[in-house]
Amino acid sequence: MNYRLLKQDINLKPFMTMPPQFNRKTIVMRTDKVYKCEIINIVELTGLEKLFHLKILDPVEREIFSFRPGQFIMLEVPGFGEVPISVSSSSNNREFIELCIRKSGRTTNMLHRAKKGAKVGIRGPFGTSFPMEEMAGNNVLLIAGGLGLAPLRAPLYWVIERRDEYRDVAVLYGTKEPEQMLFTYQYEEWEKVNHVKLLTIVEKADKDWKGRTGLITELFEEINIDPDNTYVIVCGPPVMFKFVCNHLDSLGIPMNRMFVSLERRMHCGMGKCCRCMVGSTFTCVDGPVFDYWSVLNLQEAI
Amino acid sequence: MIYKVITKSEFKKFINGLIKENQTFGPRQVDEDINGKPIYQFREVHSFDEMDLDYTVTYSSVKNFFLPFREILSRYTFQGDDWEQSLEYRVNPRVIVGLRPCDINGLAILDKIFIKGAFPSPYYLARRNNTFLIGMDHEPLEDCFCESLNHHVVRHGFNLFCSDLGDRYYLSIDSSKAFNFLKNVETTEPTKKDNEKFIARKNFIERSFKTRVEVTGLPSFLDIEFKSPIWKKWGDKCLNCGTCAMVCPTCYCYGIEESIDVSLKTSRKERFQYSCNIVDFAEVAGGHNFRPLREDRLKYRFYHHYRGFAENAEEPICVGCNRCGRACLAGINPRDVINDLRLESKDELPAT
Repeated sequence: MNYRLLKQDINLKPFMTMPPQFNRKTIVMRTDKVYKCEIINIVELTGLEKLFHLKILDPVEREIFSFRPGQFIMLEVPGFGEVPISVSSSSNNREFIELCIRKSGRTTNMLHRAKKGAKVGIRGPFGTSFPMEEMAGNNVLLIAGGLGLAPLRAPLYWVIERRDEYRDVAVLYGTKEPEQMLFTYQYEEWEKVNHVKLLTIVEKADKDWKGRTGLITELFEEINIDPDNTYVIVCGPPVMFKFVCNHLDSLGIPMNRMFVSLERRMHCGMGKCCRCMVGSTFTCVDGPVFDYWSVLNLQEAI
Repeated sequence: MIYKVITKSEFKKFINGLIKENQTFGPRQVDEDINGKPIYQFREVHSFDEMDLDYTVTYSSVKNFFLPFREILSRYTFQGDDWEQSLEYRVNPRVIVGLRPCDINGLAILDKIFIKGAFPSPYYLARRNNTFLIGMDHEPLEDCFCESLNHHVVRHGFNLFCSDLGDRYYLSIDSSKAFNFLKNVETTEPTKKDNEKFIARKNFIERSFKTRVEVTGLPSFLDIEFKSPIWKKWGDKCLNCGTCAMVCPTCYCYGIEESIDVSLKTSRKERFQYSCNIVDFAEVAGGHNFRPLREDRLKYRFYHHYRGFAENAEEPICVGCNRCGRACLAGINPRDVINDLRLESKDELPAT
């Protein structure tokens, strides 16, 4: 007589040795294992935002980790929490990744107190990416509001590294106040070396500000957009999407050439916790990059 | 599927054999409600007689054996400037006896999300692989509506399922483990008469449902009724306590929390069950809340349950057990909300 159940162990593969295969039987991975990283450099951008350079310590894991522009990672500060952050460095850079992080909660506050050499963990990359190959041969227009410039830096690097494949590239960038502008030290390089047209605007000027004042939609008057061969990427606060996308729509740009990167609360990054659901889909698996039609099609997206 | 027939006395021997060798859970009365009706839950049992197998349904679902209210995902050990992460996926084998079809179908839906998705959850899979499930059919309660959603019958997701034939059980065997265990006791091949009895029992259960919820075309219906004033009416009643999600067999939304031990040497990362009705469910850094109103959050729970998400092929994930309706402190139940929605749109249609 034998009624004993035998213990069944599951065979786990290391995390993300290959991208997940959707709609097929997928391998069971060590999904909660983090890649240990060292903070190798911290650049103070504004009073609230810092740019962290993270290097994955294990050489094998560093080899495995690769991402595409638009994807995000889950950044873990052990003992404090985990936050989704989009990667804002070049996808060609296999040595370290750059993350632009605003001080706004428990985990990010702690991270801002960290010094060079501190160790954090990352999981990922997760989510969809911008179709950069499809954009080749066309004009590229990047529109960012506030912290929205951070995720747009990855596609911008992609374009700059393959500048001859793309035609006119323009960046429209708006913030509330001049001191909130990010990556100001790179503007000259982008304009003069990389031939990127950069237009900036602020809502509230201070005494030193010599540029434009107003809302980001006012920048559209200063550039010519060819609706037949322009791809647009928009990232910013939710209220900005509506105005910018409506305007672009009225210009006649096809909806499947306008991409937005959405922000939602996330706890897992893997389509399990449901915190990031928009309409009937998950921002972490089917997003964060959506084309404008998908966004319109989903309830409550913007 | 292989079918067998077992007498009730042999079945008792079989269960006692399982209990002796493995950690076993079964339905037991834990309390009485305000009307004096018994409240059942799955608790650890040490003999067949401790179980109340002719129970109605348990108050909480069996989900919490697979997605516990709190579970540790990983631990960190700090040493100087450095830390080390450790993960634990292993669980001990166990047996759960007396699951109802709604419990089993709920697990089959969770399997789609946690095992068949893009990132299978090792924690869930380990628990699922190491749990032996014995299901049992039952006569529906007044407010059960699983028949409307076609979840009153089981198809897969269990090891052994027993249908009551009076003095015997008609067994549906869906795993090699169950098949081997049954070699320990005396079972017979079902005769033609047994098969007839089994089908009669199935039909009897199907006819006993008193509550029906019309769910045909509900997915697109919910899309259309997204701005209906009905949501405000029910949203105003909702207390946003999250009770419905805790007792539901398929609610799986969760949160992650990290805490450092008092010794300051270790920390743990825990997953805890959450509910989309709680106010900060969709709040992001900077304080923007994507679903600030009660009706938005209540609507989202219904939207998820009856429309379904891309992750589970946009099928409804509700199994129709009405546990949420029974547990709700404000008296909200899915039957009333859906009927209300349907009725309202009927009024707006021009008479034909």
